Amino acid sequence: MAEIEPASGIDQHDALHRRQIRFRNIPVAIPRMVTGLSAMVMTPFERTQTPALEIHRVSHRYGTRIALNNVSLTVHQSSFTVLLGLNGAGKSTLFSLITRLYAIRSGQIRIFGHDVGSEPGAALSQLGVVFQSRALDIDISVRQNLLYHAALHGIANSRADGLIAQVLDRVAMTDRSRDRVGNLSIGQMRRIEIARALLHRPRLLLLDEPTVGLDIKARADILDHVRRLSTDEGIGVLWATHLIDEAGAGDDVVVLHKGSVLAHGTVGDVIGKSGGSDLRDAFNRLTGAADQSELERA
Amino acid sequence: MTAISETTDRHRFSLAQYFICLKGIVWREALRFIHQRERFISALVRPLVWLFIFAAGFRQVLGVSIIPPYETYILYEVYIAPGLIAMIQLFNGMQSSLTMVYDRETGGMRTLLVSPFPRWWLLTSKLLAGTLVSVLQVYAFLVIAWFWEIEPPPLGYLALLPALLLSGFMLGALGMLISSLIKQLENFAGVMNFVIFPMFFASSALYPLWRVKESSPLLYYVCEFNPFTHATELIRFALYEQVNWISLAVVLGCTGVFLFGAILAYDPARGFLARRNNPAG
Repeated sequence: MAEIEPASGIDQHDALHRRQIRFRNIPVAIPRMVTGLSAMVMTPFERTQTPALEIHRVSHRYGTRIALNNVSLTVHQSSFTVLLGLNGAGKSTLFSLITRLYAIRSGQIRIFGHDVGSEPGAALSQLGVVFQSRALDIDISVRQNLLYHAALHGIANSRADGLIAQVLDRVAMTDRSRDRVGNLSIGQMRRIEIARALLHRPRLLLLDEPTVGLDIKARADILDHVRRLSTDEGIGVLWATHLIDEAGAGDDVVVLHKGSVLAHGTVGDVIGKSGGSDLRDAFNRLTGAADQSELERA
Repeated sequence: MTAISETTDRHRFSLAQYFICLKGIVWREALRFIHQRERFISALVRPLVWLFIFAAGFRQVLGVSIIPPYETYILYEVYIAPGLIAMIQLFNGMQSSLTMVYDRETGGMRTLLVSPFPRWWLLTSKLLAGTLVSVLQVYAFLVIAWFWEIEPPPLGYLALLPALLLSGFMLGALGMLISSLIKQLENFAGVMNFVIFPMFFASSALYPLWRVKESSPLLYYVCEFNPFTHATELIRFALYEQVNWISLAVVLGCTGVFLFGAILAYDPARGFLARRNNPAG
């Protein structure tokens, strides 16, 4: 399991410094570029769709500590976007803002065009979330957990049963419906959480470090499942992780570091722009450059 | 694309859907309650220890004169039973609110708050669910207490129900408010020391207030202003088929204030949660 290693290369100081100046403009330039590039790849019809998630210049601070600094990013429909950042980069804060746990103090977050602050009901009904912490009741059965979630979306039991059968089938857990959640493995619980997040048929799915604590096979399974959701069902996915190898070749990537977006684009764009040999190298160069410029400012 | 037009209407829930949501929250709380037998047993054992041991020991020490709603001399056990009922609800209210917030393991509060229903509805449903659980605990306690010669009139058991709903709501809302406002009370021991014990002891639960007045007028006023006193008195009178109007007014007023405060505290725009939680990631 490849974790992100901090960049080592202070001797490359000059090169990094030049790059850092170039990347300072990336948060603005990349979305524009991505739109341009992907418009060529994707059909024009898809481009005109409302983005599944639009984050526009969002900042957040805890007391004096800045957790998010002018963050902008877009998750398109049917796209798989990897939010890449080390622990403490601001991923969880961003998730808390998208799910309206915290108020957005500066900037806007829109889910399918609905502002989370002013139209929370419309925004949240489009959204499915898999939280980093376990959010299932282990004492009750899988079905009972899912019925509870259905009720929180105003879906009656009679209709929920059909939906539950569908989502459990989708994560290949149909036969475990009556089992107590406490008897499942961590990987199975994750699958149930994904099933739960999909139950009310959201069109945007957020996952916060969904593979933590899973073995290699379970990790690959879940990644594969969710990737298929975006390609087969058109769901926009935002997958937050600190594991670089979870980003695939066709994915969009957002590099979040110390509360700032350092790069946003396809994997190819990010590698190309950073001058790295692969995504890991690109990540190290980007974050290293950001750290370096911070040092210089200090 | 049909999904787009669906989007705009999906969040406008019908009245029936509001009740589906309420029913789901209550049902989940009931299931949890059934499955967590330790929680049920400890909720039952706590007041029974007070009844069987504390009250037996104090029976000879404290003489209780005839005060309303009682019409005869009563045993000390009979006197403290309503206070113990209120204590069950106090514990339950604090516990269910605090575990929601502090139990980061389960992320239960996040699951609830990410629902597209309005937050006030979610919190009120949650409080009602917790209150209903406390009502079950209270009746289980009363069944056992009946064998201990605490025998209110049969209709008193019925008259008790609305009083229990009201006091349970008040104490649950208080727990929710406290959990959102005070960061230091992160564990249950803190809540025991700084909320439950002071509220319980500075009230009419264990001794009539005229007794308190004899020894300390100041403490008497503290007890009079303690909402827990009024929850206890509301329950005491209801158990004997009477209404204590002052207590009813105080409990109603406090329920309104605490509930309003809790809803404000959980409103993301006020940012109490954001100030309280300071996640690393």
